[in-house]
Amino acid sequence: MLKAVIARFAQGYRTIRFPDADVNLPDRFRGVPLVDGAKCRAGCENCSNACPTGAISVLQNRVRIDLGRCLFCADCARECPANAISFTKEYRMAARKRADLVLETGLPVLAAALQENVRRLYGRSLRLRQVSAGGCNACEADVNVLSTIVFDLGRFGIQFVASPRHADGLLITGPVTENMKLALQKTYEAVPPPKLVIACGACAISGGPYIDHTEAHNGVGDLLPVDLYIPGCPPHPLTILDGLLRLLGRIKSHPDQQAASVRRANTSKTSLG
Amino acid sequence: MSLLDDFHIKNGRKTGLSGIPTVRFDEFSRVVAESVRAGYRLVALFGMPRTDVSGVDSGPGEVLRLFAVLGHEVRGTLHILGTSLSRTSYPAITPACTQAHMFEREIAEQWGVVPEGHPWLKPVRFHMSHVPGRDAWGRSSRAEIVPGGCDFFRVKGEEVHEVAVGPVHAGIIEPGHFRFQCHGEQVLHLEIALGYQHRGVESALVGGPDKRTIHYFQTLAGDTTVGHTLAYCEAVEALADCRVPARAHALRGIALELERLANHTGDLGALAGDVGYLPTASYCGRLRGDFLNMTALLCGSRFGRGLLQPGGVAFDVDDGLVGELRRRLDLTFRDVEQATNLLWNTSSVRARFENTGHVPPDVAEALGIVGVAARACGLNRDVRHDFPSGIYRFAHIPVSTAQTGDVFGRSLVRWLEIQRSANFIREQLASLPSGPVGARCGELAPNSAVVALVEGWRGEICHVAITDDKGRFARYKVVDPSFHNWTGLAMAMRNQQISDFPLCNKSFNLSYCGFDL
Repeated sequence: MLKAVIARFAQGYRTIRFPDADVNLPDRFRGVPLVDGAKCRAGCENCSNACPTGAISVLQNRVRIDLGRCLFCADCARECPANAISFTKEYRMAARKRADLVLETGLPVLAAALQENVRRLYGRSLRLRQVSAGGCNACEADVNVLSTIVFDLGRFGIQFVASPRHADGLLITGPVTENMKLALQKTYEAVPPPKLVIACGACAISGGPYIDHTEAHNGVGDLLPVDLYIPGCPPHPLTILDGLLRLLGRIKSHPDQQAASVRRANTSKTSLG
Repeated sequence: MSLLDDFHIKNGRKTGLSGIPTVRFDEFSRVVAESVRAGYRLVALFGMPRTDVSGVDSGPGEVLRLFAVLGHEVRGTLHILGTSLSRTSYPAITPACTQAHMFEREIAEQWGVVPEGHPWLKPVRFHMSHVPGRDAWGRSSRAEIVPGGCDFFRVKGEEVHEVAVGPVHAGIIEPGHFRFQCHGEQVLHLEIALGYQHRGVESALVGGPDKRTIHYFQTLAGDTTVGHTLAYCEAVEALADCRVPARAHALRGIALELERLANHTGDLGALAGDVGYLPTASYCGRLRGDFLNMTALLCGSRFGRGLLQPGGVAFDVDDGLVGELRRRLDLTFRDVEQATNLLWNTSSVRARFENTGHVPPDVAEALGIVGVAARACGLNRDVRHDFPSGIYRFAHIPVSTAQTGDVFGRSLVRWLEIQRSANFIREQLASLPSGPVGARCGELAPNSAVVALVEGWRGEICHVAITDDKGRFARYKVVDPSFHNWTGLAMAMRNQQISDFPLCNKSFNLSYCGFDL
């Protein structure tokens, strides 16, 4: 018992002061990619050819990156002869609309809060049921980690529950395999309305590395109405947490904050080894 | 076993397809069964359809080619042999060799070939056969395949009842279906049906490598990104005759052991949580993340995405980063040591761990269990020791074993491995070789095969790559350690209380997506 008490003191207080304090991500972290259109060379499609998931399209020298498909592998940046693509340390990228994940210039339009009547229901108490539908266990792991003492999800009133009947919505990972389609639909039906659907990770948004496999469904989008998209492969825990808190209106972006974050993002580009 | 003695292969070395001994099926079956009886282990057994692969003598009317990979841990030898099937059925190997049971079910499902006399021939992943119109269960190509829709072993009796759990479980966990036959609280039998995570990885690999290939391995089992990507890299490097620089080998070893540290630490915390001992559960939840963040220091990703690539690693380290890694490793290890020792010092934890989920060594041996679960039964079985490749040829890690074969044994092995992995990383960081971290990895040799084994944190990862005339993958077989071990979990539950299932399950912590592919 004494040892347990000593350990308690030695292990210390470990909960991060999110969202108030600055976050400290590793230098090599790959967040939102930015394209410097001025550097882009005419006729060059190296980036889109290199992309494993078809996340990049080049049309008349304009490069568009779909964060919903992006694996953040930076194969595009490595193949770009003009160094026009860089991965910033910007971890905030969850969006309410699928189209908002397609970037042409600058940073994504971040998720807006739920409409007021729904937000009043869930703003201070949100219960989610997680369903892994072909996920590789990386998204699942980084969702799970939110319940550790580091992130302490419970302090925001958010909790993952065991039964869909106790839930206000689903957080779905994986490309939705054919073999999980029925179980996912049944789980969705078991959630009492109004209910939210959160697609977490490239697989759940677009199919990720499994895009166009006959064994999977290119994500949740065609099967269920999605309220929040959280990009990443897997998304960083802070990306997930930021998305959830924005959805609940607990973090709000003011225009000047957004502009400041663009400046910050531009000055902390990740160098690729 | 003269046939095996005549033909050795090495882990991570290519061999010409024409050099692989091809024997008649009865000889093949006999060699596999007798070798396993003599102490070899069936590492892989898989089918390959007839393709444009020359160098193999595909007789007239060949339906399927079978390959078996056998390994002998004590001698450290690895062998491969093949046979050709000319009919859509063959006498099953399983009755004489238990280790083949899941492999033969897989062969039946993938290629529509029936192993006659298999004692429990059921689908593995619930998908259509890869050969249109040929199905081992005679289903039509339009038939709907329902995952988990198959016979389950049933115990009958007035007081016997059945409990069905999943595929959606009460936690943030992957899907699987568990069917318990119970008498009161006591579990008489557990049967596990998987396949819910099946996303067609092996089929998608054929014709590669291409730009998506490495991403399949990074997401094959997300918590084993480094392990599976390392096996893939070693396979293609062997096929391309690529020499990986020493510094890259060392950095790969560091990444693989960091992956082991993170997962073992997380598992010890989760095991503590499952017996209601919250201090260790809380501490290890945080500490697991600290190890993941060390991997992110190396490559930006907590799971090691993008770190390994054929030819070496994509990121180098400088003195500052090495210093930071050593500092963090020491701090984190100190806290893990304290959190883990609380487990061993708390009698209520020990009482719940000891004698729960016991797997006898002869059962583990018969099923060919690998990794932590095998070493917890006293089996001296570790790829890093038995078939070393990469850095493990130069830096040896002692094999960690326990004798009890229960939850306690599996926890203890994890703790021993945490200590040894931490020492290994310290040593590697202190003596990193100089030089480049990558070499060019060119075209793959045609008509060749390679077996790449890696000791992932769960156990032995086996990749077998076979190239066609053009140096593309004609077949890429992946065997995740979970493929061997799920049956071990079922055996561990025999005569246990059903309420101990979460604890037993966590003590194995097997992969669903790695099994389902």
